[in-house]
Amino acid sequence: MRKEVLYQLKGLYREDFIIEGYRFGGEENSACIVGALRGNEMQQLYICSQLIKVLKDLEAHGAITHGNGILVVPSANSYSMNVGKRFWALDNIDINRTFPGDVNGDTTKQIAAQLFDKVKGYNYGIQFASFYMQGDFIPHVRMMETGYQSASLANLFGLPYVVIRKPKPMDTVTLNYNWQMNGTNAFSIYTSSTDLVDDASARQAVSSVLRFLTRMGILKYNNHSGYIASVINEYDLLPVKSYDAGFYRRLKNPGDPVFHGDLIAEVIDPYEGMVKSQIFSQTDGIVFFAHTAPMVMGNEVVYKIIRRMHE
Amino acid sequence: MIEEVVSIDLPVHERLVVRKNRLQPQKLTGREKRISIVTGTHGDELDGQYVCYEIIRRLKANPEKLKGIVDIYPDVNPLGLDTGSRGIPMFDLDMNRVFPGDNNGAMAEYVAAGIVEDIIGSDMCLDIHSSNIFVKEVPQVRLNDDNAEKLLPYAKMLNADFVWIYSSITVLDATLAYSLNNMSVPTLVVEMGVGHRIDNTYCRQLITGIFNMLINMGIWADEPINVKQPIISTEGEVSIINAAQTGVFVSAVNSMGTIGIGTHIGDIIEPIEGRILQRIESPTDGIIFTLRENPVVYKGALIARVYGGRKSGQV
Repeated sequence: MRKEVLYQLKGLYREDFIIEGYRFGGEENSACIVGALRGNEMQQLYICSQLIKVLKDLEAHGAITHGNGILVVPSANSYSMNVGKRFWALDNIDINRTFPGDVNGDTTKQIAAQLFDKVKGYNYGIQFASFYMQGDFIPHVRMMETGYQSASLANLFGLPYVVIRKPKPMDTVTLNYNWQMNGTNAFSIYTSSTDLVDDASARQAVSSVLRFLTRMGILKYNNHSGYIASVINEYDLLPVKSYDAGFYRRLKNPGDPVFHGDLIAEVIDPYEGMVKSQIFSQTDGIVFFAHTAPMVMGNEVVYKIIRRMHE
Repeated sequence: MIEEVVSIDLPVHERLVVRKNRLQPQKLTGREKRISIVTGTHGDELDGQYVCYEIIRRLKANPEKLKGIVDIYPDVNPLGLDTGSRGIPMFDLDMNRVFPGDNNGAMAEYVAAGIVEDIIGSDMCLDIHSSNIFVKEVPQVRLNDDNAEKLLPYAKMLNADFVWIYSSITVLDATLAYSLNNMSVPTLVVEMGVGHRIDNTYCRQLITGIFNMLINMGIWADEPINVKQPIISTEGEVSIINAAQTGVFVSAVNSMGTIGIGTHIGDIIEPIEGRILQRIESPTDGIIFTLRENPVVYKGALIARVYGGRKSGQV
């Protein structure tokens, strides 16, 4: 393992901002794995730390096949993590909305550009990502539909679901999108947590990456085959919305089966405590996404359900 | 008439409401032109508040002159404005990165979709911004070079000092202006001033320009107004000065405007060592139209933009 400084920015009132990379194996740019781009992505950082721990051991035992090189970037935003901010602390800019960056641009664009320069050119790019909607997911692999995506490759992670997302305008400045446009097979892995560490889903994420690297011939490693994933188009997920605002009582979790007409949530008046409205499933299926916050707004997406899917 | 454009119930007995004020002639012929004036997308940008107030005041003062429909959206990010946050407070999301929105998306996308839906059908849209809390801008109109031919005649009406035609590569697809232009609503972005402040002079300059546009579009019946002929610049004619060092920027110029090559713009200093890290000079004769306001800078931070002809090294 070689520890490298991928980017360094002089601090003014703080120590320098440094993006560190951990390189394993040979000189080929086989796979690059990126963790936290946002300051609240604790789970994503934790997964990378666990992955680095395993890769160190595997490398020591000669498990990285000839010439293949793996780069892991645990965090590209330690500055925000250390001050409890989600985005770049000074100007609140989301680094994962500034790719591919600009070496002559503003600070966050320079960070994105320098980072992208170091992580591009790999055959496979894997990002542990977080979603902009607050809630829990079934662990899954997500790809942008750029024309370069390969669902069959995404299947090799052995996670239960592969989601294909048609990029919205705001997605075109993410790492995943720019990786793909640059010729890297890019995957985003979503586990069931962001701000808090969830050990079980972190282990699942680490295993899925090791499984993928093994199947790509980058690692020699023996692990469980995982799932044969169901491939879903994000637009086929049925959004279920709240009607009222108030306290939110969630009755189903990600992965739970639901049937048409099932009571799946309740909204409670925040002052008087009575149930203001009940939310029923409009389809048979499996809960893919579930809202987590204690309160909910009116007309907010509280579930996304995989339609007509059974366990 | 004040109307609700889109609303969402907030958790604890409150609603988020995006409003507009529609001003129109008492008797409609059905052939009226319609302009939408939008501001407050970023909650830290406040010049638009004064602009909206003054336009509505003047329109109401002389209703007989109104020949078209003026829709004014002063607060498309009401929670951001109310809390002084640039983005949408609960999500930390930049609202100008979620357009055209999505009726089935998160709250910000839902609101964005409602706003876009309401504006569609306008003959013109003005999206008024006040930079951010970091840099100050002279009144300027910005447009994408894809739409320059169509939009430039309108941009010239706005009494701006400057029209900046961007390369389409640097324009973000998820902005309101990009989305509306894509949906056949001609949309101009106005930038002026600095975040968390209102510059009355800049506002009045723009208001004159907006009335000139209303007159030219046949929405306001009045004597023609003589407005400034703006400098029109493409991206290549603008020198962008970024901080080469992390430090504290101390400006050496009191105001923006004409600047000579080599003129001292400011220094980036290192307080604890008592030394200058970078002396910043104008790279060209020209007009300085953007200047750093917030002194703390990291390497790469925008310090100034200068439009100009002769650059250093040229005779």
